[in-house]
Amino acid sequence: MSPHVTRAEVCVVAVAECFRGDGELLANPIGTIPMIGGRLARATFEPDLAMTDGEATLIANDRAVVPPDQRVIEYWNPYRSMFDWVWSGRRHVMMGASQVDRYGNQNLAAIGDYARPKVQLLGYRGAPGNTINNPTSYWVPNHSPKVFVEKVDTVTGIGWDRAAALGQGARYVAVRRVVSNLGSFDFETPDRRMRLRSVHPGVRVDDVVAATGFELAVPADVPESRLPTPEELELIREVIDPEAARERELPDPG
Amino acid sequence: MTDKLMTEEEVVGRLRSGMTIAIGGWASRRKPMSIVRAMVRSDLTDLVIVTHGGPDLGLLCAAGKVRKAVYAFVSLDTIPLEPHFRAARQAGAIEDEPLDEGLFHLGLQAAAWRLPFLPSRAGLGSDLLRDNGRLRTFTSPIAGPDGEVEELVAMPAFRLDASICHLNRADRRGNAMFLGPDLYWDDLMLQAAPSGGRFISAERIVETDGLRDEGCIHQMRISRMMVDGVVPAPGGAHFTQCEPDYPRDEAAQGAYAASARSPEAWAAFRAEWIDIPEAAYQRKVREGA
Repeated sequence: MSPHVTRAEVCVVAVAECFRGDGELLANPIGTIPMIGGRLARATFEPDLAMTDGEATLIANDRAVVPPDQRVIEYWNPYRSMFDWVWSGRRHVMMGASQVDRYGNQNLAAIGDYARPKVQLLGYRGAPGNTINNPTSYWVPNHSPKVFVEKVDTVTGIGWDRAAALGQGARYVAVRRVVSNLGSFDFETPDRRMRLRSVHPGVRVDDVVAATGFELAVPADVPESRLPTPEELELIREVIDPEAARERELPDPG
Repeated sequence: MTDKLMTEEEVVGRLRSGMTIAIGGWASRRKPMSIVRAMVRSDLTDLVIVTHGGPDLGLLCAAGKVRKAVYAFVSLDTIPLEPHFRAARQAGAIEDEPLDEGLFHLGLQAAAWRLPFLPSRAGLGSDLLRDNGRLRTFTSPIAGPDGEVEELVAMPAFRLDASICHLNRADRRGNAMFLGPDLYWDDLMLQAAPSGGRFISAERIVETDGLRDEGCIHQMRISRMMVDGVVPAPGGAHFTQCEPDYPRDEAAQGAYAASARSPEAWAAFRAEWIDIPEAAYQRKVREGA
C-alpha cells in the first residue's frame, strides 16, 4: 500500500468525522467522497449508523457502491420513506452546495436572479425540509470564491442566521460541518459564523482564506486535518472504495 | 366490467391546453414516455406540468408545450442537470413554481384527501417562500409535541386536471403493479387527480387473475379505482429506466441531451425520434440494440 495519503483520502476521513457521535440514525452523505466517508465512519467508530444504497434500500455493506445482488438489505427505503427520517430528525444529511455562505446558507437551485437565472441548477430539491428538520453538513470538492460566497443567490438550505431569525420554529436546525478539498469547517463561534476547523495537509491557511469569498473565522492555531490511521487507510483502499472512485472525484494535487 | 384500454393518442385526446398535469416516475426513471411523445406531437399547449422532473418535462419544454413547471428538482440521473429544462428556464420561456420534495408529497396527499393544505416546517427560513407564491405560513392552532406553538408552512393541495404514470404490469381494468425498487409517487398522483383524468401505461397487460403471479402482493399498489385509462405500452418508458423490465438506455438519453445544443440539433432529434408513430419508435429501439 502506498504510504502517500491522497487529498481525497484526507477528505474521506474529514467526512467520516462529521458523523462522529451520531449513534443510531440515517447517515445520508450524497456524492462519491461523502458516501465513502460515511461508510468509513460506520466501519470504525460509529457502527450503529444506518446508510442507503443510494436508491431504495438501507444496506449493511461496507463497500460504497454495491452491485444490487450483493447488497445486505436491512430495510426497504423508497424515496417516500426518506421523509419519515427527515421529519423525525433521525437523519444527518451531507449535501452538495453550488454556493455556501458564512452562516451555512446553501444554494442548489439557480445562479443569478432566481426569476430569470443565469444558470439553472437542480432545484430546491429537499434542502428546505432537510435543513429545518435534521442535522446537515456540506461537501464542496471545488473550494473557490465562486462557491464560498458572501451571500448565496438563492437560499435553498437554511443557515444559522436564518435559523436565528426564525426562533423556535428553527429549533431542529443544526448545520454542522462543511468539508472541502482544502479544509474542514464548522460553526462553533459565538455568532455561528463559519470557522476554519482544520486545513488539509499541504494546504496553507492563506490558501483557504484566498479561496473564500467571505471573512472566515480563523483561530490563531489551525490544526492540520488528521490523516487516516493504517486501519482506516486499508479499509478505504481495500474494502470501501477498491475502484478508487474517490481519486476521480478529487484528483490528488500531488 | 369497464374495459379501460386505450392508445396514447386517445389519452392525449382527453387532455386540453392549459391543463395542470402530473407525470409519474422520478427523474429519468419509469416515466410514461410514450404518452409524453404523443403529447409532444399533439397541438396541446400552455400546460402546467407537476413532476419529479426528468426528460418528461425536458421534452415538453423543448416542444414549447409548457407554461409552468412545478417541481422540486429536474435531472436525468446520470446527466445531473436536464439540458432542455435549463434552456427553457434560462431563456425565461416558462414560469417556475419550485417546491421542496417533502412539500411536493404533501401537495399530492392533500389533494388525494380533499384537504385545502397540509402543514410542514419545510420551507421556513428559505427562499422557497419568496419564489413560490402559493405557499403560506400560519400559526399552528395546536402546540407541538414539545409544547411549542410555532409558525408552519401550509402546502396547498395541487389542483390537478390529469395524472399520467407508467407501471410494469396492469390489467385492462386499471389494477397495476410496480416491479422495480420504488413506486415513487405514482399512487398519490393518480389519487390526486379527478375522475376521468387518470391514465397509466404499462409494459404488459395481463389478466386480473395473473397479476399476483407477476410479483408479490405488496407491489399491487395501483387500484382500478384510481385509473380511467390503460395504455398497453411495451417499452413505453424508454429511454428512462424501467426495472426490472429494462435499464435506462444511456446512449439514447445521451442523444436526447445532446439535442439541446442548438435548434437544429433539436429539430433533427425530434424528426428522428418523436415525429414518428410509437410502433416505429419501438422498432428503431429494437433494431438499434
